[in-house]
Amino acid sequence: MVDQAISTTPDANSIGISIRKLYKIFGPTPEKFLERVQNGMTKQELRDDHGHVLGLRDINIDMPAGGIQVVMGLSGSGKSTLIRHINRLIEPTSGEVIAGTEDVVKMNHNELLRFRREKTAMVFQKFALFPHYTVLENAEYGLEVQGVSSKKRRERSMKWIERVGLKGYEDNYPNQLSGGMQQRVGLARALSNDAPILLMDEAFSALDPLIRSDMQSVLLDLQQEIGKTIVFITHDLDEALRLGDKIAVLRDGEVVQQGTGQEIVLKPADDYIESFVQHVNRGRVIRCRTLMQPGARVNGPDVDPSLVIEEAARLLTVDNIEAANVVTAKGKHLGVITMNDIIGAIVPPKPEVAEDAEVATAADY
Amino acid sequence: MSWLNEFPSLGSEQLSAMRRTIDGVFRGFTREYGEGIERMFDPLRDFLLFSERLLTQSPWPLVVAAIALIAWLGSRSMKIVVGTVLTLMAIGYFGMWDDTMKTVSMIFVCTVVALAIGLPIGIAMSRWDRLQKIVLPSLDVMQTMPSFVYLIPVVMLLGIGRVPGLLAVVIYAIPPVIRFTNLGIRLVDSDLLEAADAFGASTWQKMSKVQLPLALPTIMAGVNQTIMLSLAMVVVASMIGVQGLGQPVLKAISNQYFTMGVFNGLAIVGIAIIFDRVSQAYGKRLQKHLEVVHG
Repeated sequence: MVDQAISTTPDANSIGISIRKLYKIFGPTPEKFLERVQNGMTKQELRDDHGHVLGLRDINIDMPAGGIQVVMGLSGSGKSTLIRHINRLIEPTSGEVIAGTEDVVKMNHNELLRFRREKTAMVFQKFALFPHYTVLENAEYGLEVQGVSSKKRRERSMKWIERVGLKGYEDNYPNQLSGGMQQRVGLARALSNDAPILLMDEAFSALDPLIRSDMQSVLLDLQQEIGKTIVFITHDLDEALRLGDKIAVLRDGEVVQQGTGQEIVLKPADDYIESFVQHVNRGRVIRCRTLMQPGARVNGPDVDPSLVIEEAARLLTVDNIEAANVVTAKGKHLGVITMNDIIGAIVPPKPEVAEDAEVATAADY
Repeated sequence: MSWLNEFPSLGSEQLSAMRRTIDGVFRGFTREYGEGIERMFDPLRDFLLFSERLLTQSPWPLVVAAIALIAWLGSRSMKIVVGTVLTLMAIGYFGMWDDTMKTVSMIFVCTVVALAIGLPIGIAMSRWDRLQKIVLPSLDVMQTMPSFVYLIPVVMLLGIGRVPGLLAVVIYAIPPVIRFTNLGIRLVDSDLLEAADAFGASTWQKMSKVQLPLALPTIMAGVNQTIMLSLAMVVVASMIGVQGLGQPVLKAISNQYFTMGVFNGLAIVGIAIIFDRVSQAYGKRLQKHLEVVHG
């Protein structure tokens, strides 16, 4: 399913976002400490000695137009702070946020309002639906703010309400719906805006696992049609790997690693990320392109280079065959992939450190 | 050791000189500007007279029907409407119709004025913390100062009659509207304001479409309190010439007419209950969307 998202061609209207040297310090006089933080003052020192909190340090991320950029991190890593800089719900201490050609940081009040109305839409972790509005009125909210006529906004919002599967509920109030349905309203509200940038702040984190996976499918499906630039915040690696064309991992307000899901799983930048990716189902992340060996055609099925190896393994198991040909959509033979290689890749290398630790605890008893 | 037993205070001469000076200044101010200030309140007096005439000179069945209709629109409850009609009929039957209508008109005008002044103050307070710091203690003073005390400057300035009575009632009854408006707006979930911001809502759009509608049930609780407080002031205000149910009560006090006092007191209770039930039912209806039907 990740493949579908990758193969999405960016909409002609979609715009990329690039974040440059972004710093955020929380506290009464952040400017005073900016330079010292830029010169390497630690988060600890800033907090203990000066009573300021370091939110973000030197963030540089290029978010592809028309793709899904995931920002992942545990709570307190600064990911929600980061996404709020894109539509400037939070003022940066220094740095640039360039959406398309405009620097969001330099906009005046009116330009910022227009940017938020026309270029961005946001989905929130706790839904943040207006309780006094019906489902339809909630979905219409962005258009209402823009001053679109009521007939037009009804038309556009109804389309998205139907698209997210809420037809028949348009006259209900949000409190009458379940969590999953409420977040569909949140999604419909954001999509009705038809803005090129979609900001999703832990949009599915409050939902239970089944509904979450269901909503991920809805989003990937929609993205096929709409090809928007989506910034998706999550603390869940599986979600990040499933949705993200690109993933940036945040820790203590700094980017620890960024790249595709496969890069992060196969080449974790440090122990922190390694501990994260240890329990990931690699079969769903690694693609045939990565594992294939050069070689002549074998007697087996053809697979796409971007197919995840779990799917390839399934194909091979069904027919009880040892190897498959990796072939591009245009029919060009690239190499072969064998069942042995796939199994080797899916079963992760044994973490030696963990083993030592076990011995140590056993000796203690 | 006399200083231990006697509290150090200004001498009685200085004190009386001080009182005379302040009173003199205020009296001078009143003589100078009293008339102009009185004229400023002319529109208010006209409004009062108009609503009083409307209620006392219209045929009574029409008035009962109109009040019943308002009760229905507010509460959508047949029980409340029937209760309202029965109470009004009983009041009329015991010969208190005119006085009651005068009081109702007074309460109506007071509530309108209190809302017109209180809502903007409450809204402004919710936006500026510094203003809140000034207004809240002033409201405390207004609510704890014995109401008779501020009758004095009002009477000095405007004499006796409807308008000074109205002012006294409004001063006494306005704090809840201001407090609850401020509170209601401040209680609106910050997540919702962030959502409104994220969609590019302007300050005015946030206030009119999100903050005020969501604060409305709380504001209604304030309006309810304001109505109750103005009713409580009716008897006190009758001392400075406000007509209505307070006058007979005042007469009953000074002449020890027990039954007369009780009857008029009950009439005040009766309309208080009507106002209270209708405005509360309306407030509750405003919160209907908060009912959770589905987990």
